[in-house]
Amino acid sequence: MNLNATLLGELIAFAVFVLFCMKFVWPPLIGAIEARQQKIADGLAASDRAEQDLRLVQEKVKQQLAEAKTQASALIDQAKKREQQIIDEASVKAQSEREKILAQAKAEIDAERIKAREELRKQVAVLAVAGAEKILQRSIDAAAHSDILEKLVAEL
Amino acid sequence: MAAGEEITLTGHIQHHLTNAKMCTVDGSVAFNKACSEAGFWTWHIDTLAWSIGLGLLFLFLFKRAATKATVGVPGKFQCFIEMVVEFVANNVKDTFHGKSKLIAPLALTIFVWVFLMNLMDLIPVDFLPAFAGYVGEVGFGVDSHDVYMKIVPTTDINMTAALAIGVFMLMIGYSIKIKGVTGFIKELTLHPFSASNGFVQALLVPFNLLLELIALVAKPFSLALRLFGNLYAGELIFILIGAVGLMQLPLHFIWAVFHILVIVLQAFVFMMLTIVYLSMASADNH
Repeated sequence: MNLNATLLGELIAFAVFVLFCMKFVWPPLIGAIEARQQKIADGLAASDRAEQDLRLVQEKVKQQLAEAKTQASALIDQAKKREQQIIDEASVKAQSEREKILAQAKAEIDAERIKAREELRKQVAVLAVAGAEKILQRSIDAAAHSDILEKLVAEL
Repeated sequence: MAAGEEITLTGHIQHHLTNAKMCTVDGSVAFNKACSEAGFWTWHIDTLAWSIGLGLLFLFLFKRAATKATVGVPGKFQCFIEMVVEFVANNVKDTFHGKSKLIAPLALTIFVWVFLMNLMDLIPVDFLPAFAGYVGEVGFGVDSHDVYMKIVPTTDINMTAALAIGVFMLMIGYSIKIKGVTGFIKELTLHPFSASNGFVQALLVPFNLLLELIALVAKPFSLALRLFGNLYAGELIFILIGAVGLMQLPLHFIWAVFHILVIVLQAFVFMMLTIVYLSMASADNH
């Protein structure tokens, strides 16, 4: 137990080491540690936030998907209805068209028939006159007896 | 022969427990045995060299980590240094509630420095002294028995006392800084015994002063002697084990394993007590 000048030397060394540590070693190290802690905390908070955001978005997507589905099915229903309607309309139209065409055709046929009959009648009258002319030779005057011939034609 | 061996064993132990000394005798530098009369102005050059060397090693390692410190992903070395720093910072935060830029670096310096100095104890006791003896004999022409080398600075009472006195001065400084001179004197004189009667109080002052001064001075003493005692005893046992021949190998191993605990624990205790004493000194309770 002999205290000597070594004590003073060590005391000075101790003071110098502590001062150096305080000035140049401790602040950057603890600064880096604290900054990293802050960074990690921020990162964790951000990841939490992102997770929450993701959950929200997922919920929104689900909701939108459901909405789109109902919309789509409504659209399909509507389209089906419209389709039916168009088919019905078309068939009605076609029916009426058909009837119209049929009626027109019938009318045409009737007109044709009437026309043909008229023609026939006229020709029969001519034939009858020609026959009568042949029979009667000179006795019949076509102009004088046209009223009789007219009556005959009308009876045909 | 037996008696001679006895003397050599004692001499061996004595040799291991003696510091390398340096002093000035009649204006010229003298070493070791020539310094027996030098009194206070003797320097233990082995203690100084090893402790300052280890202190510089501590500062070098930590300064390097501090220079390279990044906020991003730390490397292995930086991680290790930061673990030590954070360990110290947490202990300081838990114990010292004031605000001080000094306490944490002080605690770190004490912890790592004392740890490194204690760690020297694990180097087999004969290695470095024998090497120093060889160098002394070959390089300087001195008898190797006259070359002393004590490589564990904390087994030198000067080292531990210097640390304790440093802490003690800080304790006084903090007490005066926080409480003022009058506050510090009041703390020393008006407690633990106090009375509302002024006259009785005046009578109690000497007792208080005696008690408080003893309590105050006991702190650096306990700091210095605890560290010194633990390490000196550990070193002594290493030296004794080193003197028993081949059997020293398992014994040395076992004692070294126990001693690792002492090394870390004593460094930690010194640091914690420093923090506690300084937080007591700066706590304004009265």
